[in-house]
Amino acid sequence: MKISISKIIIFSFVIFSLFIFQKSLKINNNYDTKSLIGNKISKFQLFKIDSHDQYISDEDLKENKFTLINFFASWCAPCRSEHKFLVKLSRESKEMKIIGINFKDKQNNAISFLKELGNPYNFVGIDLVGKISILFGVYGIPESILINSDLTVIKKIIGPIDQIQYDEILKIIQ
Amino acid sequence: MKLNFFIIITYIFFVTSTYSNESQTKLLNVYKNLRCLVCQGQSIADSNSDFATTIKLVVQDQFNKGKTEDEIYKFLTSKYGEWIVYQPTFNKNNFLLWTLPYTVLIFGGFIIFLLIRKVKYNKDN
Repeated sequence: MKISISKIIIFSFVIFSLFIFQKSLKINNNYDTKSLIGNKISKFQLFKIDSHDQYISDEDLKENKFTLINFFASWCAPCRSEHKFLVKLSRESKEMKIIGINFKDKQNNAISFLKELGNPYNFVGIDLVGKISILFGVYGIPESILINSDLTVIKKIIGPIDQIQYDEILKIIQ
Repeated sequence: MKLNFFIIITYIFFVTSTYSNESQTKLLNVYKNLRCLVCQGQSIADSNSDFATTIKLVVQDQFNKGKTEDEIYKFLTSKYGEWIVYQPTFNKNNFLLWTLPYTVLIFGGFIIFLLIRKVKYNKDN
């Protein structure tokens, strides 16, 4: 039986297309920035929300065993829902410090927000125009980044912290 | 004297406006090659979202610091992954995407060449 070259080519092409199609189906197309896990954070300088003379930098975070960097704003509804978990975390974990970064917010509103719901943060910084959020690969708030003393990202939470995320954070730091 | 002063002022105005137009064009090219991650099918240049506005500020900052276009893309890719640039760089995950069109083109050309030769051969005999 004679098999023509063109038939072999067409058959190979079909098999190849099916292989690519099958492989593509398995790829997760939901975009997130969890690829930052395992990378070190960028250098930054964060000014305190109520005093422009005080600031912290990435170097200061090396003193903490774990640091949770949380981006929040008073105008962000999901930030309200996650706040109780942040307050609980601040009470229950002595090993972890929580840094709050107030994102594109009004100073007075942010301070009222913390007065109303409690302040779980060891330091509250301000990111008025959002430039600091870009250094952390943030594209919407709330977002939280858990780093260790090497300044390596060990967990990235996109969206509000819920009970599951809360348990996971506790498991990591204990 | 007045004429000299007028010429100098016009020259300075011309040089600064040309430079500013040039840098605006460069910035616009960068914005056009960046994807707005929170928008539906829009580039950073097209979008007025909060995210796009912040990215524009960061790109401007980096540009003013003397960073090249490639360095800016590299920085943003390190934070948001390859998805943020419309033209991804060549790597092991997308080598097929880059090489397949050329392979098909060369292979197709070769097949056409063989077919023409076959037709010619049949005609001659």
